[in-house]
Amino acid sequence: MTLEKTPPTPPTPPTPPTASAAAAAPSAAPPPQSAAALARARRRASAVRFWRRYRTHRGGLFGLAGLSLIALMALFAPLLVGSDVQSVTAAPGTALEAPSARFPLGTDQFGRSLLSLLVWGSRVSLTVGLLAAGLSVAIGTLVGIVAGHYGGWFATVIMRVTDWFLVMPTLVLAIVLATVMSRSIWTVILAIGVTSWPTTARLVRAQTIAVESRPYIERARALGGGHRHVMTRHVLPNVMPLVLAQTTLGISAAILTEATLAFLGLGDPIIVSWGGMLQDAREAGAVSSGHWWYLAPPGIAIAFVALAFTLCGRAVESVLNPKLGVSR
Amino acid sequence: MSGASTPGVVREAAGGPLGTEPSGRTARAASGTRAAYPLYVAGKLGGAAVSLFAVLVTSFFLFRILPGDPVKAMTHGTPTTAEQLATLRRQFGLDLPVWQQFTDYCAKALTGDLGMSYQFHAPVGELIAEKLPATLLLTGVAVLIYSTLGLWLGTRSAWRNGSLGDRLNTGVALTLWSVPAFWLGLLLIIFFAVGIGPIPGMFPTGGMSSGDSTGFGQVLDVAHHMVLPVITLVAVGYAQTLLVMRSSLLDEMGGDYLTTARAKGLRDDLVRRRHAVPNALLPTVTMVFINLGHVAAGSILVETVFSWPGLGGLFYQALSVPDLPLVQGLFVVFAGAMILMNLLADLLYPLLDPRVGR
Repeated sequence: MTLEKTPPTPPTPPTPPTASAAAAAPSAAPPPQSAAALARARRRASAVRFWRRYRTHRGGLFGLAGLSLIALMALFAPLLVGSDVQSVTAAPGTALEAPSARFPLGTDQFGRSLLSLLVWGSRVSLTVGLLAAGLSVAIGTLVGIVAGHYGGWFATVIMRVTDWFLVMPTLVLAIVLATVMSRSIWTVILAIGVTSWPTTARLVRAQTIAVESRPYIERARALGGGHRHVMTRHVLPNVMPLVLAQTTLGISAAILTEATLAFLGLGDPIIVSWGGMLQDAREAGAVSSGHWWYLAPPGIAIAFVALAFTLCGRAVESVLNPKLGVSR
Repeated sequence: MSGASTPGVVREAAGGPLGTEPSGRTARAASGTRAAYPLYVAGKLGGAAVSLFAVLVTSFFLFRILPGDPVKAMTHGTPTTAEQLATLRRQFGLDLPVWQQFTDYCAKALTGDLGMSYQFHAPVGELIAEKLPATLLLTGVAVLIYSTLGLWLGTRSAWRNGSLGDRLNTGVALTLWSVPAFWLGLLLIIFFAVGIGPIPGMFPTGGMSSGDSTGFGQVLDVAHHMVLPVITLVAVGYAQTLLVMRSSLLDEMGGDYLTTARAKGLRDDLVRRRHAVPNALLPTVTMVFINLGHVAAGSILVETVFSWPGLGGLFYQALSVPDLPLVQGLFVVFAGAMILMNLLADLLYPLLDPRVGR
């Protein structure tokens, strides 16, 4: 019943990029090298191989460039715009100024420069995106590996729970969680993280089952490797590439959800975020007065970052599984 | 074979903001032993019932972990005596033990009684029934359009895989997919409803009708109000159908039977229409159903932005209070819609693909 459920692995997959498992296997012609050095060399070689294939994907390169740009912007935001951009009282301009030389994107209803807020907001979007996707993928990986490794009624119960999370409307559940808990950035991260893990759990479980059916796992067991050894030393390194792709795709989804929650007023009202800027814009009547210059930039920024992560994730996926036929 | 055609679906769908994994079900169905269709149906019905029960459990306990007293929150700002609070508590059954509240809640929910709304002082079930048609109309039309569009563009894209058209197609779809729906809606309102510069306001800014017309005029009026929300939903949603269709058709394109069809001398578009597309359609059909289940919940933002008088708008109103019985009731309805659509897809799938579930 399980083998047909293993979607992403062809019967004999190419060597996974993190080949620590392979390093444990005895090498045919032993050069005068320690096992650790050998492992390092193999890992480096597979990273190079990965990059060589990744860079043939134009979309992936574009996404990577965009991400580097945004990441640099977020890291150096205090230097670029100063750390007092969020202050409502010490605002440099007057309310709702149209774009000008001084304020290239205009000002909000408190007189703060929209360009500065936009730069500052990237920090929240990236933080929430990374942490929420990290949390979601961590839960998914843990559940997937445990369910795939142990099997039996235990796995059946876990996968029932997963299935049931899968049919839950994610956004509604996240909204409800964010409503029920207190307003803070951590609530948002938690709400996104705990509602979006089931896809990862399914994929990881399938991959775990595929990995565990290979002979070297039997060898590890015969040499006395326990559950923990097999799961952390053999299965985990082999599902990591898949997890990486899932994380990248998950980040763009998390960023979109964060913006949605902030727009609904469920984010932290004190922190400046792109979704929160959109909510401010709507409350300031930007729609009815036609202030499109207030509304457009945060949305473009959200879309840009989400797209960049999606492009990277798709490129990683198609490097790992060329059968998907993602266009280059 | 159906197992082999699904990995693309999983991966593609997994990336969506509201993505689920349609193939988990299909793979499971395929892995079933050679059970007869009635047995398969019974199994799926049982699974759906369990899921529905789980939804009731969650909806009940999720709102019980709320910090603070719902009665206090309800009477917030108005001076109330201790007796009044006690009366209210009794009225909402909050003085009973939790397990008794829970059994009462389940019994009532199964008969369609979802409690009273704090905000509207009306039964939640009635409020939902009143708003349901508007949501069904909006999302039904949107799903119909974007599924058709996605299927058509996905087919074209896969058939000319790697061409400029394909890259353009996928690129545009991915870009629109990354756009927050509510933002797109707001921009559309500014440009096409409020009007800006030389562009006149052509469409209404929100609502479902202007109210005074009857008969055919009313139909036209509603259609006029639907244009912008539907465009928003379609723009953001069609990418998923496109990507799933594209990857499942790509999976089929290596098939020997296509070579055979070509060797018979069939024209290219006949090979595509009669041989490749019907096979690639299977995962996509599942996708359409999943989307139908999702879209009711997914249109919360779009309905809010366009003040569309549907369930999504109601959910937003309930959230801002927060009107817990209403939020709870809508949560059950949204999750129930997902379960129903999943069930329908499950039941339909073996009829479309005889290899599944028999």
